[in-house]
Amino acid sequence: MEYKDYYKILGVARDASADEIKRAYRKLARKYHPDVSKEPDAETRFKEVNEANEVLKDPDKRAQYDALGSGWHAGDEFRPPPGSGGGRREYEFSPEEAARFSDFFASIFGGAGRGAGFGDVPPGARDRGFARRGADQTARLRISLEDAYHGSSRQLSLEMPEFDKDGRLQTRTRTLNVRIPAGVTEGQQIRLAGQGGPGMGGDNGDLYLEIELMPHPIYRSEGRNIHLRLPITPWEAALGATVPVPTLGGTVSLKIPPNSQSNQRLRLRGRGLPGKTPGDAFIELEIVNPPADADAARSAFEELSKHFAGFNPRARLGV
Amino acid sequence: MAQHETGIEGVLLDEQTRVSITEMTRVCGVSVEQVRLMVGEGLLQPGGGAGPDNWSFSGVEVRRARRALRLQHDLELNLAGAALALELLEEVEQLRRRVRALEQQHGVICEVD
Repeated sequence: MEYKDYYKILGVARDASADEIKRAYRKLARKYHPDVSKEPDAETRFKEVNEANEVLKDPDKRAQYDALGSGWHAGDEFRPPPGSGGGRREYEFSPEEAARFSDFFASIFGGAGRGAGFGDVPPGARDRGFARRGADQTARLRISLEDAYHGSSRQLSLEMPEFDKDGRLQTRTRTLNVRIPAGVTEGQQIRLAGQGGPGMGGDNGDLYLEIELMPHPIYRSEGRNIHLRLPITPWEAALGATVPVPTLGGTVSLKIPPNSQSNQRLRLRGRGLPGKTPGDAFIELEIVNPPADADAARSAFEELSKHFAGFNPRARLGV
Repeated sequence: MAQHETGIEGVLLDEQTRVSITEMTRVCGVSVEQVRLMVGEGLLQPGGGAGPDNWSFSGVEVRRARRALRLQHDLELNLAGAALALELLEEVEQLRRRVRALEQQHGVICEVD
């Protein structure tokens, strides 16, 4: 396993005072809290920072860690010193605590901890006597807008802490086949009761799946509403026309009123993501000129120019 | 050891889902009193009747409550601080979405002399 440099993780010197450690920890905890941070590795960093703090804030654990010596570098291959079973002190950890800590931590302080997704414990779930509810787990689910529209099934592989028959904590890979209902939107959560971490004489925790919609090449979603920019020709805009428009549910015909302009928005009611109140599709018009790359095309534009000699689209700008 | 489980259906925590106060306390691992405090702070806005017994919350509020509790616990905030952090976070998320939308609408920049 890899040696972890807890001082480096918190960005403090090896002789840092308890106050300095606390300050550094608080600052990093705010920065990398998974509910706050947008950094892609926030979860991992938050766990590392918590682990470093767990050790360095406690004088006993810090002394034990310091006793490994200062010759180590982060990432060095680490083997627990021989005979560490004898004089070393074992600490008691709850399963959800142990699940947060690395193998390196466990090799020094006990508690067969392994990383297991980002486990979180409802604060009130701690300390209810012996019966302990399992930790809640949260996992992100990246799905396409098409899957959000139609609904789909996903197979998930999750690492879960679990007790073996001797009561030791182990990590087990579980494969779940989860149904995603039609009409989910960005940031929504699906709660799978009892599918989280195992309880100890109490209920299992819950598993929360948080929906993340992948960016779509043509649509943009806002809640249940879908936005689309629709290119149209100058004559379709001027004269009005019925044109095909793609929607998540398939192609529909859209009537463009005469005298339309770029950036005008048309609403297709109920053509957004489904739900009790389905979202709408908003079609934003964008007038696109045909290329003027041939003599015939250029003369057609010259005809237009002659005909609309008095038209000044910049009148409002005062020029 | 891998284990397969098939066809698990969860509950979508959206605006339509209604959650009673008992379910809320169980899901968040908190007491009725703590839920009452969150309501008092304006963090949660229950529907239903006047007394806590008749309160019902939307699925979206389950996420809010859990998030507020996590922030409160992990960053050692008080409830008012967690409520403020949550409101600001939600505003930032909304602004980010707007920015992304506006960026998509912007055309390609063409340099001209």
